[in-house]
Amino acid sequence: MKTYHLTTPISADDIKDIRIGDIVYLTGTMVTARDDAHRRVVKEGLKLPVDIKDKAILHAGPIIKYLPDNKYKMVAVGPTTSMRMEMFEEEFVHKTGVRLIIGKGSMGPGTARACKNDKALQLVYPAGNAVYAAKHVEKIVDAQWTDLGMPETLWVCKVKDFGPLVVTIDTNGDNFFDAKKAEFNKRKEEQIKKISEQVQFIQ
Amino acid sequence: MKYDYTEPTLSTKGAKLRDLLVKYLDIFSHRLPDDVSKKLVEFSKIEVDPLQKLVYDTMMENQRLAAEADVPSCQDTGTLQFFVKIGTNFPLIDELNEILVDATYRATQIAPLRTNAVQTFDEYNTNINIGDGIPGIFTQLMPHSSDIEIYPYMAGGGCTLPGVAKVLMPGEGYEGVTRFVMDRMTTYGVNACPPLLVGVGIATSVETAAMNSKLALLRRVDSYNSNKRAAKMEHLLEDGINAIGLGPQGFGGKKSVMGVNIINTARHPSVIGVGVSTGCWSHRRGLIKLDQDLNYELPMNKGVEL
Ligand code: SF4
Repeated sequence: MKTYHLTTPISADDIKDIRIGDIVYLTGTMVTARDDAHRRVVKEGLKLPVDIKDKAILHAGPIIKYLPDNKYKMVAVGPTTSMRMEMFEEEFVHKTGVRLIIGKGSMGPGTARACKNDKALQLVYPAGNAVYAAKHVEKIVDAQWTDLGMPETLWVCKVKDFGPLVVTIDTNGDNFFDAKKAEFNKRKEEQIKKISEQVQFIQ
Repeated sequence: MKYDYTEPTLSTKGAKLRDLLVKYLDIFSHRLPDDVSKKLVEFSKIEVDPLQKLVYDTMMENQRLAAEADVPSCQDTGTLQFFVKIGTNFPLIDELNEILVDATYRATQIAPLRTNAVQTFDEYNTNINIGDGIPGIFTQLMPHSSDIEIYPYMAGGGCTLPGVAKVLMPGEGYEGVTRFVMDRMTTYGVNACPPLLVGVGIATSVETAAMNSKLALLRRVDSYNSNKRAAKMEHLLEDGINAIGLGPQGFGGKKSVMGVNIINTARHPSVIGVGVSTGCWSHRRGLIKLDQDLNYELPMNKGVEL
């Protein structure tokens, strides 16, 4: 487990040695983008109104406080289940040039291909820690596609040492959770066998 | 589309109960119940590998920051559900539904809670965190009583997703129940923000099994079923799921669950219904007990005053 501090813009070279299981802290620009943003870019062919090339996205729907003069404050922010974006992510990464995909839980082979071919990382922020995360959002500098409502809006955040982010797919296309899941399933079968021998209450 | 809601005119006593609940929900959105906090502290001393320790340190710091800032500790403040045991002589029985809905409405603005109510088919967010059937209100009667016990629960999306119920054939037995629960842990449990509280319902049909599994989440994480065999199965499942090794956030580790709670009721001879519900590490459920004069107790949150 190595620890890296990355600052946007992030180049392919900056992340080439980072492997699954490593920890990243991010400084710079991170934009929230979840279901609708992905659908608009991939399915409807719209251009993302924010340049995220060499920057980071976060799969998240935050709680925002609306301040006067079109200003916003991040109250609580944390990732949502990234698997929902899997069907769009490969093309999304290719079209936007985004370098870090931050979310919650595992993603699949499409994202792994994108990480390998377009040199990106998938990372997981430990969910449920929304105030800790918000504390590392220095400010919200822009909001786009606000018609989508608070959770789906593209909130453009300036972050400082945002993390810990656990690398779950690296630029080799290796997937941290694939190996874990195989282990989990193996142990599960052993346990089912063990428990079943002791719960034969219906004779 | 717009969801119409007009705040009700409550009696003085009704408004007092609502205001107590608003305060409780506000605190409750960042203060985990005592049994859950205790368990997490215990686990933070067991999960000492660097990655796992980092996650637990973050969790502890997050809860501290949320309490300090008086804001929700997780951005997903769920959909509100109230499980209520109401005395048939409780004076506000007629107003109870309006009180619970309005408490949700007001707490949403004060906490602030995320607005999570999406009207089905019309598919729009009401933006006020209430909708048809949200908050969920489930009542049981307590005869010859003038007290009330309200268990509020914030059901987050991630930990609601693993929910499932099925009617098995008796031939599949408790072995079938075991597989049903365990399979859910490796498929959906991983993404539900472990360490989890797993509720298992054993009953006759899908709705009774599902309801039992949900009621099981209201029990303390360290409690056990009063039936010996059910308690044995709770222990076995707890050890078994821990042995799978989900760890915090599914990153791997020694502890996957804070507890497994089973609630069981009788079944038809030809079937055995099983339900599974999960609560995440940020298990925001509470209990407020009140008498007819609205004197209250918060048995799950020592030292909290409203
Ligand atoms: S599962 Fe729980 S901790 Fe995780 S994001 Fe949902 S509500 Fe928050």
